Amino acid sequence: MSLCLQARQLSCERDDRSLFTGLDLDIRSGEIVRIEGPNGSGKTSLLKILSGQLSDYQGELFWNGAPMKRVREHFLANLLYLGHAPGIKAGLSPLENLAWYQALSGEQNVGGHSEDQRLDALEQVGLAGFEDVPAGQLSAGQQRRVALARLTLSPRALWILDEPFTAIDRHGVAALERQLTMHAEAGGCVIVTTHHALTASPLLRRIALG
Amino acid sequence: MHSTSHSASDSSSDGAARSASQRSAHGSSPSALESALQEAGAVKEAQAWPLLEHQGGLMLAVKATLVRDLTLLLRRRGEVLNPLVFFALVITLFPIAISPDPELLAVIAPGLLWVAALLAALLSLDSLFRSDYDDGSLEQLLLATQPLAALSLAKVAVHWLLTGLPLALMAPLLGIMLALPAGSYAVLALSLALGTASLSLIGAIGAALTVGLARGGVLLSLLILPLYIPVLIFGAGAVQAAILGDGVAAHLAILGALLAAALMLAPWAIAASLRISING
Repeated sequence: MSLCLQARQLSCERDDRSLFTGLDLDIRSGEIVRIEGPNGSGKTSLLKILSGQLSDYQGELFWNGAPMKRVREHFLANLLYLGHAPGIKAGLSPLENLAWYQALSGEQNVGGHSEDQRLDALEQVGLAGFEDVPAGQLSAGQQRRVALARLTLSPRALWILDEPFTAIDRHGVAALERQLTMHAEAGGCVIVTTHHALTASPLLRRIALG
Repeated sequence: MHSTSHSASDSSSDGAARSASQRSAHGSSPSALESALQEAGAVKEAQAWPLLEHQGGLMLAVKATLVRDLTLLLRRRGEVLNPLVFFALVITLFPIAISPDPELLAVIAPGLLWVAALLAALLSLDSLFRSDYDDGSLEQLLLATQPLAALSLAKVAVHWLLTGLPLALMAPLLGIMLALPAGSYAVLALSLALGTASLSLIGAIGAALTVGLARGGVLLSLLILPLYIPVLIFGAGAVQAAILGDGVAAHLAILGALLAAALMLAPWAIAASLRISING
Protein backbone atom coordinates (compact mmCIF):
# COMPACT_ATOMS: atom_id res chain seq x y z
CA MET A 1 0.00 0.00 0.00
CA SER A 2 1.45 3.34 -0.90
CA LEU A 3 1.06 6.21 1.46
CA CYS A 4 -0.79 9.37 0.81
CA LEU A 5 -1.17 12.43 2.97
CA GLN A 6 -3.69 15.00 1.80
CA ALA A 7 -4.73 18.36 3.09
CA ARG A 8 -7.84 20.18 1.91
CA GLN A 9 -8.34 23.92 2.30
CA LEU A 10 -5.85 24.19 5.12
CA SER A 11 -5.73 27.59 6.83
CA CYS A 12 -3.81 28.60 9.86
CA GLU A 13 -3.87 31.78 11.86
CA ARG A 14 -1.47 32.69 14.62
CA ASP A 15 -1.70 35.82 16.77
CA ASP A 16 -4.31 37.39 14.44
CA ARG A 17 -2.02 36.91 11.47
CA SER A 18 -3.05 34.51 8.77
CA LEU A 19 -0.11 32.29 7.87
CA PHE A 20 -1.67 30.49 4.93
CA THR A 21 -5.18 30.06 3.61
CA GLY A 22 -6.83 27.50 1.36
CA LEU A 23 -3.78 25.29 1.08
CA ASP A 24 -4.32 22.01 -0.78
CA LEU A 25 -1.64 19.37 -0.51
CA ASP A 26 -1.33 15.94 -2.00
CA ILE A 27 1.76 14.15 -0.81
CA ARG A 28 2.47 10.61 -1.98
CA SER A 29 5.08 7.87 -1.81
CA GLY A 30 8.36 8.61 -3.52
CA GLU A 31 8.32 12.35 -3.04
CA ILE A 32 10.53 14.82 -1.27
CA VAL A 33 8.38 17.82 -0.53
CA ARG A 34 10.22 20.94 0.44
CA ILE A 35 8.27 23.65 2.20
CA GLU A 36 9.78 27.02 1.40
CA GLY A 37 9.21 30.50 2.66
CA PRO A 38 10.79 33.36 4.57
CA ASN A 39 11.17 33.28 8.35
CA GLY A 40 7.83 33.45 10.08
CA SER A 41 5.86 32.32 7.03
CA GLY A 42 4.44 29.33 8.88
CA LYS A 43 6.69 26.48 7.77
CA THR A 44 7.00 25.01 11.24
CA SER A 45 3.30 25.53 11.92
CA LEU A 46 2.44 23.68 8.71
CA LEU A 47 4.71 20.77 9.67
CA LYS A 48 3.15 20.66 13.13
CA ILE A 49 -0.32 20.61 11.62
CA LEU A 50 0.65 17.87 9.18
CA SER A 51 2.19 15.79 11.98
CA GLY A 52 -0.93 16.21 14.08
CA GLN A 53 0.51 18.30 16.89
CA LEU A 54 -1.30 21.56 16.21
CA SER A 55 -5.05 21.34 16.17
CA ASP A 56 -5.50 25.07 15.78
CA TYR A 57 -6.31 25.14 12.06
CA GLN A 58 -9.16 25.08 9.59
CA GLY A 59 -9.42 22.50 6.86
CA GLU A 60 -9.13 18.76 6.72
CA LEU A 61 -6.34 16.20 6.72
CA PHE A 62 -6.59 12.77 5.14
CA TRP A 63 -4.27 9.82 5.61
CA ASN A 64 -4.60 7.22 2.85
CA GLY A 65 -8.01 8.62 2.06
CA ALA A 66 -9.43 8.41 5.56
CA PRO A 67 -9.95 11.43 7.81
CA MET A 68 -6.93 11.90 10.05
CA LYS A 69 -8.92 11.82 13.29
CA ARG A 70 -10.06 8.27 12.64
CA VAL A 71 -6.70 6.82 11.56
CA ARG A 72 -4.42 8.85 13.81
CA GLU A 73 -2.83 5.80 15.40
CA HIS A 74 -1.97 4.23 12.07
CA PHE A 75 -0.61 7.57 10.90
CA LEU A 76 1.59 7.98 13.98
CA ALA A 77 2.89 4.42 13.62
CA ASN A 78 4.26 5.43 10.23
CA LEU A 79 5.49 8.90 11.06
CA LEU A 80 8.90 10.07 12.11
CA TYR A 81 8.94 13.74 13.08
CA LEU A 82 12.11 15.63 13.92
CA GLY A 83 11.37 19.10 15.21
CA HIS A 84 13.35 22.28 15.68
CA ALA A 85 14.64 21.01 19.00
CA PRO A 86 16.40 17.68 18.51
CA GLY A 87 14.57 15.95 21.38
CA ILE A 88 17.80 14.64 22.82
CA LYS A 89 18.23 14.51 26.59
CA ALA A 90 21.46 16.19 27.67
CA GLY A 91 21.78 13.93 30.69
CA LEU A 92 21.61 10.69 28.72
CA SER A 93 24.17 9.19 26.37
CA PRO A 94 23.32 8.88 22.66
CA LEU A 95 22.76 5.15 23.14
CA GLU A 96 20.34 5.72 26.01
CA ASN A 97 18.51 8.39 24.08
CA LEU A 98 18.00 6.08 21.12
CA ALA A 99 17.01 3.19 23.39
CA TRP A 100 14.16 5.29 24.77
CA TYR A 101 12.95 6.21 21.31
CA GLN A 102 13.07 2.58 20.25
CA ALA A 103 11.06 1.51 23.27
CA LEU A 104 8.64 4.39 22.79
CA SER A 105 7.79 3.21 19.31
CA GLY A 106 7.04 -0.23 20.69
CA GLU A 107 9.99 -1.99 19.14
CA GLN A 108 10.53 -5.25 20.92
CA ASN A 109 13.74 -6.93 22.14
CA VAL A 110 15.58 -4.04 23.71
CA GLY A 111 18.30 -6.60 24.51
CA GLY A 112 21.51 -7.22 22.61
CA HIS A 113 20.10 -7.30 19.09
CA SER A 114 18.76 -3.78 19.10
CA GLU A 115 21.83 -2.50 20.93
CA ASP A 116 23.77 -3.47 17.79
CA GLN A 117 21.21 -1.60 15.70
CA ARG A 118 21.70 1.50 17.80
CA LEU A 119 25.48 1.26 17.53
CA ASP A 120 25.18 0.87 13.75
CA ALA A 121 22.84 3.83 13.49
CA LEU A 122 25.21 6.01 15.52
CA GLU A 123 28.15 4.90 13.40
CA GLN A 124 26.25 5.85 10.25
CA VAL A 125 25.77 9.39 11.46
CA GLY A 126 29.46 9.62 12.33
CA LEU A 127 29.17 9.31 16.09
CA ALA A 128 31.26 6.16 16.57
CA GLY A 129 33.20 6.62 19.78
CA PHE A 130 30.65 9.00 21.29
CA GLU A 131 28.07 6.33 22.19
CA ASP A 132 28.46 6.69 25.93
CA VAL A 133 29.32 10.37 26.26
CA PRO A 134 26.49 12.36 27.87
CA ALA A 135 24.72 14.17 25.02
CA GLY A 136 25.07 17.46 26.89
CA GLN A 137 28.81 17.33 26.24
CA LEU A 138 28.35 16.90 22.50
CA SER A 139 28.27 19.84 20.10
CA ALA A 140 24.97 21.11 18.69
CA GLY A 141 25.71 19.39 15.39
CA GLN A 142 26.50 16.11 17.11
CA GLN A 143 23.28 16.27 19.10
CA ARG A 144 21.39 16.84 15.85
CA ARG A 145 23.15 13.78 14.45
CA VAL A 146 21.93 11.68 17.37
CA ALA A 147 18.39 12.70 16.45
CA LEU A 148 19.08 11.92 12.79
CA ALA A 149 20.25 8.44 13.77
CA ARG A 150 16.57 7.72 14.40
CA LEU A 151 16.00 7.90 10.64
CA THR A 152 18.07 4.77 10.19
CA LEU A 153 17.01 3.16 13.43
CA SER A 154 13.24 3.20 13.06
CA PRO A 155 12.03 2.50 9.54
CA ARG A 156 9.02 4.74 9.03
CA ALA A 157 7.41 5.63 5.73
CA LEU A 158 6.75 9.32 6.30
CA TRP A 159 9.48 11.64 7.49
CA ILE A 160 8.57 15.15 8.57
CA LEU A 161 11.79 17.05 9.20
CA ASP A 162 11.92 20.61 10.45
CA GLU A 163 15.27 22.18 9.53
CA PRO A 164 17.18 18.89 9.75
CA PHE A 165 20.35 20.46 8.34
CA THR A 166 20.76 22.93 11.22
CA ALA A 167 24.27 22.79 12.72
CA ILE A 168 25.29 19.90 10.45
CA ASP A 169 28.64 20.19 8.60
CA ARG A 170 28.98 20.02 4.82
CA HIS A 171 29.70 16.27 4.64
CA GLY A 172 26.79 15.59 6.94
CA VAL A 173 24.50 17.67 4.75
CA ALA A 174 25.49 15.72 1.64
CA ALA A 175 25.03 12.41 3.41
CA LEU A 176 21.64 13.42 4.76
CA GLU A 177 20.54 14.61 1.33
CA ARG A 178 21.52 11.21 -0.11
CA GLN A 179 19.56 9.55 2.65
CA LEU A 180 16.46 11.60 1.86
CA THR A 181 16.70 10.71 -1.83
CA MET A 182 17.20 7.03 -1.04
CA HIS A 183 14.19 7.06 1.25
CA ALA A 184 12.01 8.60 -1.44
CA GLU A 185 13.33 6.17 -4.05
CA ALA A 186 12.48 3.27 -1.78
CA GLY A 187 8.87 4.43 -1.69
CA GLY A 188 9.02 6.54 1.42
CA CYS A 189 8.07 10.16 1.64
CA VAL A 190 9.86 13.19 3.06
CA ILE A 191 8.44 16.56 4.00
CA VAL A 192 11.21 18.95 4.86
CA THR A 193 11.86 22.60 5.57
CA THR A 194 15.34 23.94 5.07
CA HIS A 195 17.20 27.02 3.97
CA HIS A 196 19.86 24.83 2.34
CA ALA A 197 19.83 24.54 -1.42
CA LEU A 198 18.80 20.94 -2.08
CA THR A 199 20.15 19.33 -5.23
CA ALA A 200 17.48 19.26 -7.91
CA SER A 201 16.00 15.81 -8.31
CA PRO A 202 12.91 14.54 -10.15
CA LEU A 203 11.58 13.47 -6.77
CA LEU A 204 11.83 16.95 -5.31
CA ARG A 205 8.73 19.12 -5.15
CA ARG A 206 8.54 22.62 -3.76
CA ILE A 207 5.73 24.30 -1.91
CA ALA A 208 6.14 27.98 -1.22
CA LEU A 209 4.48 29.74 1.67
CA GLY A 210 4.19 33.43 2.44
CA MET B 1 2.22 43.76 13.63
CA HIS B 2 1.62 42.62 10.10
CA SER B 3 -1.89 43.11 9.04
CA THR B 4 -1.63 41.75 5.51
CA SER B 5 -2.82 38.23 5.02
CA HIS B 6 -0.38 35.89 3.34
CA SER B 7 -1.83 33.21 1.22
CA ALA B 8 -0.03 30.15 0.00
CA SER B 9 1.26 30.40 -3.53
CA ASP B 10 -0.16 27.08 -4.61
CA SER B 11 -3.68 26.93 -3.37
CA SER B 12 -6.26 25.32 -5.49
CA SER B 13 -4.57 23.77 -8.52
CA ASP B 14 -4.68 20.03 -8.87
CA GLY B 15 -1.70 18.03 -7.59
CA ALA B 16 -0.16 16.68 -10.78
CA ALA B 17 -0.48 19.93 -12.69
CA ARG B 18 1.13 21.74 -9.86
CA SER B 19 4.12 19.47 -9.63
CA ALA B 20 4.53 19.58 -13.38
CA SER B 21 4.65 23.35 -13.42
CA GLN B 22 7.04 23.36 -10.52
CA ARG B 23 9.36 20.89 -12.13
CA SER B 24 9.34 22.77 -15.41
CA ALA B 25 10.50 25.77 -13.44
CA HIS B 26 13.78 23.89 -13.05
CA GLY B 27 14.39 24.13 -16.76
CA SER B 28 13.64 20.71 -18.26
CA SER B 29 11.86 20.55 -21.62
CA PRO B 30 8.19 19.51 -21.61
CA SER B 31 8.64 16.15 -23.36
CA ALA B 32 11.54 15.11 -21.16
CA LEU B 33 9.50 16.29 -18.24
CA GLU B 34 6.56 14.12 -19.15
CA SER B 35 8.67 11.01 -19.47
CA ALA B 36 10.39 11.82 -16.22
CA LEU B 37 7.00 12.17 -14.60
CA GLN B 38 5.85 8.86 -16.01
CA GLU B 39 9.04 7.23 -14.79
CA ALA B 40 8.57 8.70 -11.37
CA GLY B 41 4.99 7.45 -11.44
CA ALA B 42 6.15 3.98 -12.42
CA VAL B 43 8.64 3.98 -9.60
CA LYS B 44 5.86 4.99 -7.23
CA GLU B 45 3.71 2.10 -8.35
CA ALA B 46 6.49 -0.45 -8.10
CA GLN B 47 8.03 0.72 -4.87
CA ALA B 48 5.83 1.31 -1.92
CA TRP B 49 7.05 1.54 1.60
CA PRO B 50 5.49 -1.13 3.78
CA LEU B 51 3.20 0.71 6.16
CA LEU B 52 3.32 -0.42 9.74
CA GLU B 53 0.40 -1.23 11.95
CA HIS B 54 0.52 -0.04 15.52
CA GLN B 55 2.36 -2.77 17.40
CA GLY B 56 1.38 -2.36 21.02
CA GLY B 57 4.28 -2.56 23.43
CA LEU B 58 2.72 -0.17 25.94
CA MET B 59 4.42 -1.76 28.93
CA LEU B 60 7.75 -1.54 27.17
CA ALA B 61 7.29 2.16 26.52
CA VAL B 62 6.09 2.89 30.04
CA LYS B 63 9.00 0.97 31.54
CA ALA B 64 11.50 2.70 29.29
CA THR B 65 10.06 6.10 30.27
CA LEU B 66 10.29 5.18 33.96
CA VAL B 67 13.91 4.09 33.59
CA ARG B 68 14.78 7.14 31.54
CA ASP B 69 13.33 9.65 33.99
CA LEU B 70 14.82 7.87 36.99
CA THR B 71 18.25 7.86 35.35
CA LEU B 72 17.97 11.51 34.41
CA LEU B 73 16.93 12.64 37.88
CA LEU B 74 19.50 10.49 39.65
CA ARG B 75 22.14 12.14 37.48
CA ARG B 76 20.94 15.58 38.55
CA ARG B 77 20.84 14.98 42.28
CA GLY B 78 20.60 18.67 43.13
CA GLU B 79 17.11 18.80 41.72
CA VAL B 80 16.04 15.78 43.76
CA LEU B 81 17.60 17.09 46.96
CA ASN B 82 16.14 20.62 46.71
CA PRO B 83 12.64 19.84 48.06
CA LEU B 84 14.07 17.58 50.77
CA VAL B 85 16.47 20.29 51.95
CA PHE B 86 13.64 22.83 51.87
CA PHE B 87 11.47 20.51 53.99
CA ALA B 88 14.26 19.99 56.55
CA LEU B 89 15.09 23.71 56.72
CA VAL B 90 11.52 24.84 57.31
CA ILE B 91 10.94 22.27 60.04
CA THR B 92 14.27 23.13 61.69
CA LEU B 93 13.44 26.83 61.80
CA PHE B 94 10.07 26.49 63.53
CA PRO B 95 11.24 25.40 67.02
CA ILE B 96 13.83 28.19 66.88
CA ALA B 97 11.32 30.83 65.85
CA ILE B 98 8.34 29.78 68.02
CA SER B 99 9.47 28.05 71.16
CA PRO B 100 11.33 24.87 72.05
CA ASP B 101 8.47 23.94 74.41
CA PRO B 102 7.62 20.29 73.50
CA GLU B 103 3.96 20.58 74.47
CA LEU B 104 3.33 23.55 72.21
CA LEU B 105 5.30 21.99 69.35
CA ALA B 106 3.48 18.68 69.64
CA VAL B 107 0.18 20.49 69.05
CA ILE B 108 1.25 22.20 65.86
CA ALA B 109 3.58 19.45 64.59
CA PRO B 110 1.12 17.52 62.37
CA GLY B 111 -0.05 20.61 60.53
CA LEU B 112 3.47 22.00 60.24
CA LEU B 113 4.93 18.79 58.86
CA TRP B 114 2.11 18.48 56.35
CA VAL B 115 2.23 22.10 55.17
CA ALA B 116 6.02 22.00 54.79
CA ALA B 117 5.86 18.71 52.87
CA LEU B 118 3.11 20.07 50.62
CA LEU B 119 5.10 23.19 49.79
CA ALA B 120 8.22 21.11 49.19
CA ALA B 121 6.30 18.93 46.74
CA LEU B 122 4.91 22.04 45.05
CA LEU B 123 8.40 23.46 44.71
CA SER B 124 9.56 20.51 42.63
CA LEU B 125 6.55 20.41 40.31
CA ASP B 126 7.57 23.14 37.91
CA SER B 127 10.45 21.06 36.54
CA LEU B 128 8.26 18.01 35.88
CA PHE B 129 7.73 18.65 32.16
CA ARG B 130 9.96 21.71 31.74
CA SER B 131 13.11 20.04 30.43
CA ASP B 132 11.13 17.79 28.10
CA TYR B 133 9.38 20.85 26.72
CA ASP B 134 12.63 22.73 26.22
CA ASP B 135 14.57 20.01 24.45
CA GLY B 136 11.74 18.80 22.23
CA SER B 137 11.20 15.37 23.78
CA LEU B 138 7.70 16.41 24.80
CA GLU B 139 6.72 16.72 21.12
CA GLN B 140 8.07 13.23 20.57
CA LEU B 141 6.13 11.97 23.58
CA LEU B 142 2.95 13.42 22.06
CA LEU B 143 3.68 11.79 18.71
CA ALA B 144 4.25 8.36 20.20
CA THR B 145 1.71 5.73 19.30
CA GLN B 146 1.32 4.91 22.98
CA PRO B 147 -1.39 6.72 24.94
CA LEU B 148 0.00 9.93 26.38
CA ALA B 149 -1.90 9.37 29.63
CA ALA B 150 0.08 6.20 30.38
CA LEU B 151 3.40 7.81 29.54
CA SER B 152 2.68 10.87 31.69
CA LEU B 153 1.62 8.57 34.51
CA ALA B 154 5.10 7.05 34.32
CA LYS B 155 6.63 10.50 34.62
CA VAL B 156 4.45 11.33 37.62
CA ALA B 157 5.38 8.02 39.25
CA VAL B 158 9.05 8.95 38.99
CA HIS B 159 8.31 12.36 40.48
CA TRP B 160 6.58 10.75 43.44
CA LEU B 161 9.34 8.15 43.91
CA LEU B 162 11.99 10.85 44.13
CA THR B 163 9.99 13.57 45.92
CA GLY B 164 6.92 12.29 47.77
CA LEU B 165 8.35 9.04 49.03
CA PRO B 166 11.60 10.57 50.39
CA LEU B 167 9.54 13.33 52.04
CA ALA B 168 7.34 10.72 53.71
CA LEU B 169 10.38 8.77 54.92
CA MET B 170 12.07 11.91 56.21
CA ALA B 171 9.03 13.25 58.03
CA PRO B 172 9.23 11.00 61.17
CA LEU B 173 12.83 12.09 61.64
CA LEU B 174 11.81 15.74 61.55
CA GLY B 175 8.83 14.86 63.72
CA ILE B 176 11.26 14.02 66.51
CA MET B 177 12.53 17.59 66.30
CA LEU B 178 8.98 18.85 66.78
CA ALA B 179 8.43 16.51 69.74
CA LEU B 180 5.78 14.57 67.86
CA PRO B 181 4.38 11.85 70.18
CA ALA B 182 6.04 8.51 69.52
CA GLY B 183 2.94 6.57 68.44
CA SER B 184 2.17 8.71 65.41
CA TYR B 185 5.33 8.26 63.32
CA ALA B 186 4.01 5.41 61.23
CA VAL B 187 0.73 7.22 60.53
CA LEU B 188 2.65 10.37 59.60
CA ALA B 189 4.80 8.50 57.07
CA LEU B 190 1.86 6.55 55.68
CA SER B 191 -0.42 9.58 55.34
CA LEU B 192 2.36 11.52 53.62
CA ALA B 193 3.14 8.64 51.27
CA LEU B 194 -0.52 8.38 50.24
CA GLY B 195 -1.08 12.12 50.21
CA THR B 196 2.01 13.12 48.23
CA ALA B 197 1.05 10.62 45.53
CA SER B 198 -2.22 12.52 45.09
CA LEU B 199 -0.30 15.80 45.25
CA SER B 200 2.05 14.66 42.47
CA LEU B 201 -0.86 13.58 40.28
CA ILE B 202 -2.91 16.75 40.81
CA GLY B 203 0.16 18.97 40.58
CA ALA B 204 1.18 17.39 37.30
CA ILE B 205 -2.03 18.72 35.71
CA GLY B 206 -0.99 22.24 36.66
CA ALA B 207 2.59 21.62 35.58
CA ALA B 208 1.34 20.39 32.20
CA LEU B 209 -0.90 23.43 31.78
CA THR B 210 1.85 25.93 32.60
CA VAL B 211 4.78 24.23 30.88
CA GLY B 212 4.51 26.49 27.85
CA LEU B 213 4.66 29.67 29.90
CA ALA B 214 8.01 31.29 30.56
CA ARG B 215 7.25 32.03 34.22
CA GLY B 216 4.52 29.59 35.11
CA GLY B 217 5.64 29.00 38.69
CA VAL B 218 3.29 31.42 40.47
CA LEU B 219 0.36 30.57 38.25
CA LEU B 220 1.02 26.88 38.90
CA SER B 221 0.81 27.45 42.67
CA LEU B 222 -2.40 29.45 42.34
CA LEU B 223 -3.99 26.79 40.14
CA ILE B 224 -2.98 23.84 42.23
CA LEU B 225 -3.14 24.96 45.88
CA PRO B 226 -6.96 24.97 46.12
CA LEU B 227 -6.99 21.39 44.86
CA TYR B 228 -4.41 20.43 47.48
CA ILE B 229 -6.56 21.50 50.40
CA PRO B 230 -8.64 18.29 50.80
CA VAL B 231 -5.46 16.22 50.85
CA LEU B 232 -3.95 18.57 53.43
CA ILE B 233 -7.02 18.43 55.68
CA PHE B 234 -7.27 14.66 55.77
CA GLY B 235 -3.49 14.12 55.88
CA ALA B 236 -2.93 16.39 58.85
CA GLY B 237 -6.18 15.06 60.35
CA ALA B 238 -4.84 11.51 60.27
CA VAL B 239 -1.75 12.49 62.25
CA GLN B 240 -3.84 14.52 64.74
CA ALA B 241 -6.12 11.54 65.24
CA ALA B 242 -3.12 9.28 65.86
CA ILE B 243 -1.82 11.69 68.52
CA LEU B 244 -5.21 11.90 70.22
CA GLY B 245 -5.53 8.13 70.07
CA ASP B 246 -8.62 8.18 67.81
CA GLY B 247 -9.00 5.80 64.92
CA VAL B 248 -6.95 6.79 61.91
CA ALA B 249 -8.56 4.36 59.48
CA ALA B 250 -11.20 6.81 58.28
CA HIS B 251 -8.68 9.51 57.47
CA LEU B 252 -6.35 7.11 55.71
CA ALA B 253 -9.27 5.62 53.80
CA ILE B 254 -10.26 9.05 52.52
CA LEU B 255 -6.64 9.75 51.53
CA GLY B 256 -6.67 6.42 49.71
CA ALA B 257 -9.94 7.30 48.00
CA LEU B 258 -8.52 10.67 46.91
CA LEU B 259 -5.50 8.87 45.51
CA ALA B 260 -7.67 6.36 43.67
CA ALA B 261 -9.72 9.15 42.13
CA ALA B 262 -6.58 11.07 41.18
CA LEU B 263 -5.07 7.93 39.63
CA MET B 264 -8.19 7.43 37.54
CA LEU B 265 -8.71 10.97 36.34
CA ALA B 266 -5.41 12.86 36.52
CA PRO B 267 -3.57 11.00 33.70
CA TRP B 268 -6.24 12.01 31.18
CA ALA B 269 -6.23 15.59 32.43
CA ILE B 270 -2.43 15.68 32.25
CA ALA B 271 -2.46 14.36 28.69
CA ALA B 272 -5.08 16.90 27.62
CA SER B 273 -3.19 19.73 29.33
CA LEU B 274 0.03 18.75 27.59
CA ARG B 275 -1.72 18.86 24.22
CA ILE B 276 -3.05 22.32 25.03
CA SER B 277 0.40 23.52 26.06
CA ILE B 278 2.01 22.21 22.88
CA ASN B 279 -0.68 23.95 20.85
CA GLY B 280 -0.05 27.31 22.47
